[in-house]
Amino acid sequence: MNTTLQKESRTTNDRTQQFVSPEVNIYETQDGYVLEAEMPGVSKDGLEITLEGTEITITGHRQVEPLPGEALFHESHNLDYRRVFELDPAIDTAKVSARVDQGVLTLSLPKSERVKPRKISVD
Amino acid sequence: MNSLARWQRSALPTWPGFGRLTNLRDEIDRLFEVPLAELARSSQLLSGWTPAFDVYEDKDNFYVRAELPGMRKEDIDLSMHNGSLSISGERKSDDKLKEAEVYRAERFFGRFQRTITLPTQVAVEKIKAQYKDGILSVTLPKAEEAKPKHIDVKVS
Repeated sequence: MNTTLQKESRTTNDRTQQFVSPEVNIYETQDGYVLEAEMPGVSKDGLEITLEGTEITITGHRQVEPLPGEALFHESHNLDYRRVFELDPAIDTAKVSARVDQGVLTLSLPKSERVKPRKISVD
Repeated sequence: MNSLARWQRSALPTWPGFGRLTNLRDEIDRLFEVPLAELARSSQLLSGWTPAFDVYEDKDNFYVRAELPGMRKEDIDLSMHNGSLSISGERKSDDKLKEAEVYRAERFFGRFQRTITLPTQVAVEKIKAQYKDGILSVTLPKAEEAKPKHIDVKVS
């Protein structure tokens, strides 16, 4: 329980700025996990991905120019994106890779070799 | 309550991990911070996918912006009919991931459509659209006749 509380206060301290949680899809295959996060308005330069122990924090800075004139209606938000995930210890953190395409971040989190099912041959 | 309903909807294998608790707390916080109308709009349970739109106007143009992350340019349809701009499309999921086990599915895939009626006539041939970083930006110049014109009043 202590660790949970510690983690919680860490996230609240980060929040001197408000963030929006991006929507994600997480898939698991035999080789690893794939995480897709929707962050429209975020390009490669606006992305920050940090790995700390078993936690990964994804931050996306929106770089969208304000529209000229008067708003007839406005539904988008101007906040940055942030979301924290707890990683499966089977993931090989050295092999995590990321790419961004049209506002969607795709994170590849491969599992470490020793965790994958393997056939052992008998001599 | 919409966020909580969505949470339960993903029938997933049990996943221990404190990360999930902090996420739940964030989502509950979000529930109180975001106005209800915005939540109803973003809840996919109620309305399917309705991407966020911004519509702005200055004296020369209308500017329409739609948040459509993860689409291909060819899957977005833009059309203008009788003063209404219609944006529709279909977002297809990655085929490679079809055999994977879905752990969490918050992103919406499928069709969407939204139509915006513009209050002023627009020069259709001059409409420009751009899709960058998942945001579709459309600039619609107002038709010359529709622009506000200054009329001189002569006093005789």
